[in-house]
Amino acid sequence: MNKNKVLAFVQKYTMVLILVLVVGFFTWRTGGKILLPQNITNLFAQNAYVFVLATGMLLCILTGGNIDLSVGSVVCFVGAIGAVVMDKGLNMWLAILIMLAIGLLIGAWQAFWIALVHVPPFITTLAGMLVFRGLSNVVLQGKTLGVANETFVRLFGGGANCYIPDIFGGQGMNILCLLVGAIAIVIYLVSTFTGRANRLKKGYEVEKLGATIVKSVIIALVIAFFAVKLAQYKGLPTAMIWVALIIGIYSYITSKTTTGRHFYAVGGNELATKLSGINTEKVYFIAYANMGLLAAFAGMLTIARLTSAQPTYGQNYEMDAIGSCFIGGASAYGGVGTVPGVIIGALLMGVINIGMSIIGLDANYQKVVKGLVLLAAVIFDVVSKKKQR
Amino acid sequence: MSDIILEMKNITKEFPGVKALDDVNLVVKRGSIHALVGENGAGKSTLMKVLSGIHPYGSYSGDIIYNGEICKFSKIKDSEGLGIVIIHQELALVPQMSIGENMFLGNERGKPMAINWNETYAEADKYLREVGLAESSRTLIKDIGVGKQQLVEIAKALSKKAKLLILDEPTSSLNETDSQALLDLLLHFKEEGLTSIIISHKLNEVSYVADDITVIRDGHTIETLTKGIDDFSEDRIIRGMVGREITDRFPKRHDVAIGEVAMEVKDWNVYHPLYVGKKVVDNVSLNVRKGEVVGISGLMGAGRTELAMSIFGHSYGTDISGQLFLNGEEVHLKNVKDAIKHKLAYVTEDRKGSGLILSNPIRVNSSLANLEGVSNHGVIDAEKEYAEAVDYKEKLHTKCPTVEQNVGNLSGGNQQKVLLAKWMFTDPDVLILDEPTRGIDVGAKYEIYCIINQLAAEGKSVIIISSELPEVLGMSDRIYVLNEGRIVGEFTQQEASQEKIMGAILKSGK
Repeated sequence: MNKNKVLAFVQKYTMVLILVLVVGFFTWRTGGKILLPQNITNLFAQNAYVFVLATGMLLCILTGGNIDLSVGSVVCFVGAIGAVVMDKGLNMWLAILIMLAIGLLIGAWQAFWIALVHVPPFITTLAGMLVFRGLSNVVLQGKTLGVANETFVRLFGGGANCYIPDIFGGQGMNILCLLVGAIAIVIYLVSTFTGRANRLKKGYEVEKLGATIVKSVIIALVIAFFAVKLAQYKGLPTAMIWVALIIGIYSYITSKTTTGRHFYAVGGNELATKLSGINTEKVYFIAYANMGLLAAFAGMLTIARLTSAQPTYGQNYEMDAIGSCFIGGASAYGGVGTVPGVIIGALLMGVINIGMSIIGLDANYQKVVKGLVLLAAVIFDVVSKKKQR
Repeated sequence: MSDIILEMKNITKEFPGVKALDDVNLVVKRGSIHALVGENGAGKSTLMKVLSGIHPYGSYSGDIIYNGEICKFSKIKDSEGLGIVIIHQELALVPQMSIGENMFLGNERGKPMAINWNETYAEADKYLREVGLAESSRTLIKDIGVGKQQLVEIAKALSKKAKLLILDEPTSSLNETDSQALLDLLLHFKEEGLTSIIISHKLNEVSYVADDITVIRDGHTIETLTKGIDDFSEDRIIRGMVGREITDRFPKRHDVAIGEVAMEVKDWNVYHPLYVGKKVVDNVSLNVRKGEVVGISGLMGAGRTELAMSIFGHSYGTDISGQLFLNGEEVHLKNVKDAIKHKLAYVTEDRKGSGLILSNPIRVNSSLANLEGVSNHGVIDAEKEYAEAVDYKEKLHTKCPTVEQNVGNLSGGNQQKVLLAKWMFTDPDVLILDEPTRGIDVGAKYEIYCIINQLAAEGKSVIIISSELPEVLGMSDRIYVLNEGRIVGEFTQQEASQEKIMGAILKSGK
C-alpha cells in the first residue's frame, strides 16, 4: 500500500524530481556556482526564448505529436527583418508590429499546407526551416546587423539595463523584486485555498488538505527563493515578465477554454473529435499559425538580447523547444501535456545548458547530453504508455 | 489417418465480457468443401482465427486435431507451415507492389540479403496460371480489379503449399461473374485434393459449392448438414441460422404516443470516397416519427453505417444526393456541426476508434460534442461541466468511482453509456444508434435498451442500426432491411420475423 503510494507519487512528479536531482548534481559539480544570483538570473533571461517557443510547440505536439522544425529559422528571419527595418530608422512600435505580422503570416502559410492540404507537418516545416534560413541570409546579406534602438533592446531583455528599475531604490537588494515575489506567493496561496474551499462547499472532490499544504509551501518557497536570488542581482529581468505573460495566457487557453480543449481532443482521438462537430482542420491551423506568431516573439527577444541580428541565430532552437515539451511530459502521440509541465521541461533544459557551460563542458558534448536527455524523456513516455495498454 | 483432415473439439474462446465460442465442434473431411454459415458475430471468423493461430494456443480451450495430430499453434507461421492458409475478408495485399512481390511477401524467394527476383516472378507466374489468371506477375495490384485480386490471394495461398484453404467471405466484394469463376476454381481444386473451408453469407453459393454446411449461432455449433443426406435449401439453412427464441431480454415500452414524422430521407445516394463510381447507398428513402424506434437491419457491409454517417452532416462519402427533411422542412447539413445544431446525433458503432477519447476522463468525453453548453464565450465553466457529467453518470447508472476516471479504464458497457451521455447532452431530437450494444454483456445491454425506451418516451426519434436480429426485432416499432446499399424490405413490428428479414436480405443478393 505504502509502496504503491510512493510509486504513484514518483510517477506523477517524475520530472520535478529529476529537475531537483539535476540541480543538485550541478550544485555539487560547480561548487554551488549555479545557484549564484547572476546564474539564476541568466537561467530566465538567457532561456526566455525556450519558454516562449516551447509553449507554442506544445500546441503543435498536442494535436498528435506533430512538431514544428522551422521555428529556429523563423526566429532568425523575423529578427533579421526587425533589425533591418529598425536600421532603416523605422519607428520601433511599427517594427514590432511588422515582426509579429510576418511571424503570423509565416505560421499561417505553413498552417495552410498542414491543415487544409494535409501535407505532413514534418515535411512542411522542414521546408520552412530551409526556406527561412536562406531568406535570413538574403535579408542580412550574410552579415551581422546591430540593433541600436536602446528602448527596444531594454524592453525585450537585452543589454546591461534590461531589468525593471527598482522604484523603491533598495541598496544591494531589489525591493520591487521581493515585493513582486511576495505578491505572487500571496495570490497563489489565496487562489489555491479559496478554490479548494469552493469545491468543498459544492461537494466536489478535493485533494487531501495535507497534500495541498505541502505542495503550496514548496511552491511558495521556490518562488521566494527565486525572488531573493533575483533581488540580490539586478532585479526582475524584463524578458522574464514577457515569459510570465505568455505562460499565463497559454496556461489559461489550454486549461480553461474550449479552443484549448479542442487541442487535447484532436490529439486524443481525431476521428471522435471530428464526429463531435469540431473543426479539426481549424485546430491544426491555429496550432501552426500561433507557432509562427510565438516564433516572431522569440525572434524579438533574441535580437534584443544579442543586440544584433545574424544569419546563424536561432539554430537548434526548435530542438530546445521540442525537448522541453517532451521532457515536460507532453506525449509523443499527442493529447497529453500541460503548460506547467513544459515550464518544468524548459527549466530542466535551461539548468542543463547553464550547468554544463559553468562546468566548461565542450559544446559538442553538451549536444550529446541534450540529445540523450530528449531521447530518455520520450522513451519514458512511450514505455509508460505501453504499460497502460 | 482417416479421411478426416481436421477436427476441432470443444473449442471455447472468451473475450473480456463475451464468450465468443462456446464448446464448438467442427469436423472437416479431406478433399471436401466445408461451409460455415451464421449471423454476424456468431463466431465463424473467431473460429477460423483460432484455427490459423491468430488466437494462439492457450488463449482458447479445446483441441485442434489436424491430420490426426493435436496442434498447438502460437502464430500464423505455425499453421501455414502445416498447409493451413487463411484468406481474410479484407484483402491483405499491398496496392503499390506487384503481384509477385505480394505473393511472396514475408516468404521471399532467394536469400534474406539477396532476393531472387527472377525466381520470384517465374514462380508467381506459375501460380497465377494455376488460378487461371493471364496477368504478368509484374503488374501492380492496384492496376487489377477486385475479382482478380481475390484470385491473387488464392494463388498466394497455393504458393504456401496449402492443404487446407480457409476463405472468409471470398465473394463479398465480387460481382456475379467473378464469384462464379471463383467458386468453379474451388471445385476444380477440390478435384485435385485441396480441402477448403468457406465462410459465406450467400446461401445460394454455399448450396452450390459445399459438401457440408456447419451452422454456427451465438458461439455454438448448431448442426452440420451434408450434401445428399440433408435438405440444402436456403430456407432450411436460414432456419438453422436464426432459430432462436426471443425471450424477455427487451424491456417493454409503454404508452409511447408516436407522433409526426421527425426526419425523412428521400432518394439518398452516396458514393464511396475512394473508389470512384462505387455506389454505397443506393436510392434510399426512409423516415422516423417522434417517439418511434426504427430498426435498420442488414449484414456488415450493407451500407448501414455509411447511410447514417452521410445523413449526419455528410461525414461519409462523396457525391451525396437526395433530400433530407427535419420536422417537414428540407435542410442541407454540410458538416457535423450543422447536424448537431439541427438536433441530430449519431452514436458510432466504434466507440473506441471514433467515439471516445480513451485517455481522457468521463467529464471531458461527456461534454465534447456540446462544449458550448458548458462554456461562456469560449471559456469552460469547470463546475458546470463537472455537474453535467455527474448528472448523466447518475441518470445512466454509469459505474465509475468518479467522473474524473479515464474512459479507457471502463468496461465496454460503461463506455457505451458515456458515449450515449455525450450525445444525449447535445439534446438531439433524432438519435441514430449504430450497433449500440456491440461487445457488451447482457446486463448492460438491458440497461441500454431501457435508456432507448426512455428516449422514445420523451418523444425523441431513435434509429437503431444492428446486426443482431433479435435486438432489432425486440426494440423496433418498424424495421427497414438494407442490403448492398438498397432498402430491400420494410416491416412493422407485427409483421417482422427473423426468417422474413434474413429472407429479404439473402433473396435480394445476386
